[in-house]
Amino acid sequence: MYLEIITPDKKIFTGEVKLVKVPGTKGSFAILKNHAPIISTLEEGIVKIVEENDRIDYFNIKNGVVEVKKNNVMILAESAE
Amino acid sequence: MESLKEIRTRIASVRSTRKITSAMKMVAASKLRKAQDRIIQLRPYANKLHEVLASLNEDIQENEENIFTSERELEKVLIVVVTSNRGLCGPFNANVIRQSLELAHETYTDLLQKGNLQFLTIGKKGTELLKSRKYQIVASYNELFDDLSFDKVAPLAEQTINDFLNAKYDKIELVYNQFKNAAVQILTVEQFLPIEIDLTHDKETGNLDYIFEPDKDHIIKKIIPRALKIQFYKAILDSYVSEQGARMTAMHQATDNATELIRELTLHYNKARQAAITKEILEIVGGAEALRG
Repeated sequence: MYLEIITPDKKIFTGEVKLVKVPGTKGSFAILKNHAPIISTLEEGIVKIVEENDRIDYFNIKNGVVEVKKNNVMILAESAE
Repeated sequence: MESLKEIRTRIASVRSTRKITSAMKMVAASKLRKAQDRIIQLRPYANKLHEVLASLNEDIQENEENIFTSERELEKVLIVVVTSNRGLCGPFNANVIRQSLELAHETYTDLLQKGNLQFLTIGKKGTELLKSRKYQIVASYNELFDDLSFDKVAPLAEQTINDFLNAKYDKIELVYNQFKNAAVQILTVEQFLPIEIDLTHDKETGNLDYIFEPDKDHIIKKIIPRALKIQFYKAILDSYVSEQGARMTAMHQATDNATELIRELTLHYNKARQAAITKEILEIVGGAEALRG
């Protein structure tokens, strides 16, 4: 599953991942392979990702939205680090 | 004819001017490249946000209560004028000012007379010019360009959006130079708020059955201000990049002109020198003739 984390100033992350956990407005949720298409706004919080080689990474995001379609995950955030 | 010394001084002065203009050209070129990268970075974000908005398109149009798109009776209008902090970039600033004033005098004549047309200026040049002509400036943000980033522009954009939502203004227009390439800027007047919906529906996303969380309304309310902030930021970034492009072109021309001038002056100088030598020889020969005779 392909993940992109984009802010207005730069692309924070692009690459293949196994799992993404995002702080959705209705509650935190994880996205795995073949997740149903979804658009959700995100709260300020931490995005956790697990890469293909099992490396775990965390990003702090603010004012985000996530879109999932056909194993493409796109996180748009106003700031992320 | 000018004396040799005079020409020599002029050549020296044109040379040093050329050094300055060519240095400014280089600086502008390198700033241009960096700023251009920024626009390229911004593009995927802007496009994607637009795409998400497009997949919500139908709901935005159905929802007539949407405050972002509703046209109101025009009582107060704000024009955001984006210029640069520095000059020496050709007609860059003059164009924006001229366009803004044209907009003010032709489209909003009544409001201008009643004093209900205000300006928000970004960039020293525009601020100074509009101030000297006694137009109403609500605020000016000249320091944005010092270290341009989304984080710096966002609060201003937010405030402008809020001013619209609180009915402080009924319409907000942006006037700025859009970047096409280094030599070409497109002077743009854009209606910032209320939004003119122009969302082409992407078929691919349209067919997907999205789950919307928490719900469509909430997402629309969250995403529209974000898209607006991006639009605002993009206008300023575009203007900044255009400025560098305009300066580069202007300085390139100035350097070329200086080179041409130096060439002409050198020719002139050599001719004058030749004439002086010829005259001297004639005098010596004449003198020798006189002695012999």
